[in-house]
Amino acid sequence: MPVTFFTPEHDALRASVRRFAEDELAPHADEWEEDFPDWVFKRAGELGFLGLTYPVEYGGQGADYFSTIVFAEEIGRCNNGGVALGLAVQSDMATTPINKFGTHEQREKYLAPCIAGDKIACLGISEPNAGSDVMNIETTATWDGGEWVINGRKIFITNGWRAHVMTLVAKTKRDGQPAGHSLFLIDTDTPGYTKTRKLDKVGMRSSDTAEIVFEDCRVPADALLGTEGEGFKHIMWELQGERLIGALAATSGAARMLEMTIRYAKEREAFGRPIASFQAIRHKIAEMATLVTAIREFAHYTAYRWNSGEYVVREISMAKLISGEIGCQIADECLQIFGGAGYSSDNPIQRGWRDMRVNRIGGGTDEIMREIIGKMEGL
Amino acid sequence: MTDQVWFPDKFEPADVPYELFTEDHRALRKSVKAFVEKEMTPNVERWEQEEDFPRELFTRLGELGFLGMKFPESHGGSGPDYVAEAVIIEELANSGSGGVVADIGAHKDLACLYLYNFGDDKQRERWLDPAIRGEILGCFAVTEPGAGSDVAGIQTRAAKDGDSYVLNGSKIFITNGAWCDFAIVAAKTDPAAGSSGISLFVVDAETPGFTRHRMKMLGWRTSHTGELVFDDCRVSADCLLGGQAGQGFYQIMQNFQWERLAMALGQSQGAVRTYEMAKKYSLERKAFGREIGHFQVWRHRFADMATKIEMTRALTYHALRLFVHGVPCVAEVSMAKYLSSETAFKTADEAVQVHGGYGYMMEFSAQRAWRDARLGPIGGGTTEIMKDIIGKTLGL
Repeated sequence: MPVTFFTPEHDALRASVRRFAEDELAPHADEWEEDFPDWVFKRAGELGFLGLTYPVEYGGQGADYFSTIVFAEEIGRCNNGGVALGLAVQSDMATTPINKFGTHEQREKYLAPCIAGDKIACLGISEPNAGSDVMNIETTATWDGGEWVINGRKIFITNGWRAHVMTLVAKTKRDGQPAGHSLFLIDTDTPGYTKTRKLDKVGMRSSDTAEIVFEDCRVPADALLGTEGEGFKHIMWELQGERLIGALAATSGAARMLEMTIRYAKEREAFGRPIASFQAIRHKIAEMATLVTAIREFAHYTAYRWNSGEYVVREISMAKLISGEIGCQIADECLQIFGGAGYSSDNPIQRGWRDMRVNRIGGGTDEIMREIIGKMEGL
Repeated sequence: MTDQVWFPDKFEPADVPYELFTEDHRALRKSVKAFVEKEMTPNVERWEQEEDFPRELFTRLGELGFLGMKFPESHGGSGPDYVAEAVIIEELANSGSGGVVADIGAHKDLACLYLYNFGDDKQRERWLDPAIRGEILGCFAVTEPGAGSDVAGIQTRAAKDGDSYVLNGSKIFITNGAWCDFAIVAAKTDPAAGSSGISLFVVDAETPGFTRHRMKMLGWRTSHTGELVFDDCRVSADCLLGGQAGQGFYQIMQNFQWERLAMALGQSQGAVRTYEMAKKYSLERKAFGREIGHFQVWRHRFADMATKIEMTRALTYHALRLFVHGVPCVAEVSMAKYLSSETAFKTADEAVQVHGGYGYMMEFSAQRAWRDARLGPIGGGTTEIMKDIIGKTLGL
């Protein structure tokens, strides 16, 4: 049988994620501008959306990677980027290392409740002085009397204000000697773990973003996730998946805005006719439709290869870069076509415009992507 | 133009296989690549200087079977296999001569395709079979001084006179036209009937009343692009393509899809070639003691180029996938044609820039890539026409 990209099962999943996003979430999009309730995680868990690719043993669906694509593409229909982001961090960023590198006990303790939506997860990479250059993070985990003692600060942590568990990257030290980077699973109620600030952002406002301080935070030996000293490699792998999901999310966000814009342009009249009938608007929309299709096809192609087991860092970096860049261009053109209506706070376009901007920063900036691509091109 | 609706939530159809290329296609790619590297690339500089290339290239392509991918064995082809044709197009683009490739494309992707799709058995036997062998060269002539993409507006007239038709009018920008052996010509058989009054004729080059001359162009200088003039040019009714008058407009609209997709494939690969050439130069040329490609600004600009090229190819392959599986794809083909032209030209402009002063000199091929790529947003329907079509598929 020739391999198709999506199957009828994916189409069914698409319909069910779309129903969830449009019927259960979108009606609250404005009300949740500054915050969204925890039950969203629980409900997404009940529907099986938080563990699509995870093993059935831990409550996952055991489905293929294309299911994740469908989820990333459809959840944006909730019209609130922060909600989609919070769910994506839970389902495809903070938990992927637990599934990939965790022991059976760790997966039972953390992965299973995260899949069910009973526990909320966050991912601790960025610090005040180190973001994309993970190598230079300053948070340390020092081996002391059979425990790890963690000290340092993490910033821009999505889900960080409400999370029950953090997947943390720290520099390990043994006997005063550096022992490479390692991953840890930290219960957020551990003494020494403090949420110091909930950050105020220009977009993605409904998503809680926190600053976390570790002060002599002691965790047991089994908090170590994966292989000691391999944390850098582990997190680089995680980042590839995160960037791919980011690319898909930006792409579907742009498609969603374009869809709203096309509808609006056909209804809104100026000089006695729908603005869509003006050639300048028609061409702008044609350009956007072309670019949306192109970034989607590129993200799909990249996901197809990632799913086949290829470590396609070059293509993932490209997809992340171009979808964020084009996503922002499209958001801006859509806002332009909406005119004054688009600039008003009760219009989802202005929120989409603000939310979209994070795609050029989060998960590695445009500039970092160009560095990675340029280096892989031998430059 | 089409009842197909593109919408932002149109995803990969669940019944279309994702992989395009098979082992056979990979083997074909190797052999075309070897041919291009051995028999084309080493001659390209000379051909460009002479603004000409030998007709024997067509017979070589015919001998190797490279002109017959879209046609069945009964006509001497090896298809129909449009994915194999895509391989041929991509590999020929690597030759680096837009003009040579354009002439070959006009022959096999226009003239031959029209004969195969719409010709009757006698017409196919008379013109298509030798054309697939590369023995006679064809071109396709719609565009006129006063009408290009608005096909319905052409002025060339084919008046019925007994058992024959008499053609009067002129055609311009006809790729391969200046040295063709036959031309597929669009003319009005019923001027009052609008788009239903257009018919296609196969006209032998030596037919009295048919003259042509070559046109000078900004780029594609090896191409034998010409102006064709029909002055009381009398052809027999056997030359009416498909034997039925009034079908021309619909035949043209149908074949536009492959013509544009072929351009998108060639341009996407052309951009790759130009990019590689520019990158290679950036790693040889030094400024301030290091290779300019290693400066961060150029590293990032190359990253942007490579990214846009990959994105463009993903869109083009998407359109190809839909096309070969018979899914309506007017929007996607138009998108691919428009985006690939833009990407190829921007890449070529960056290639000129990275070459600095040398980029402006005729002795370096960057300027040629730039001149050749400028045709992309014009030929086969301008970018503006593509956007109009895409807009229409969105109901705008």
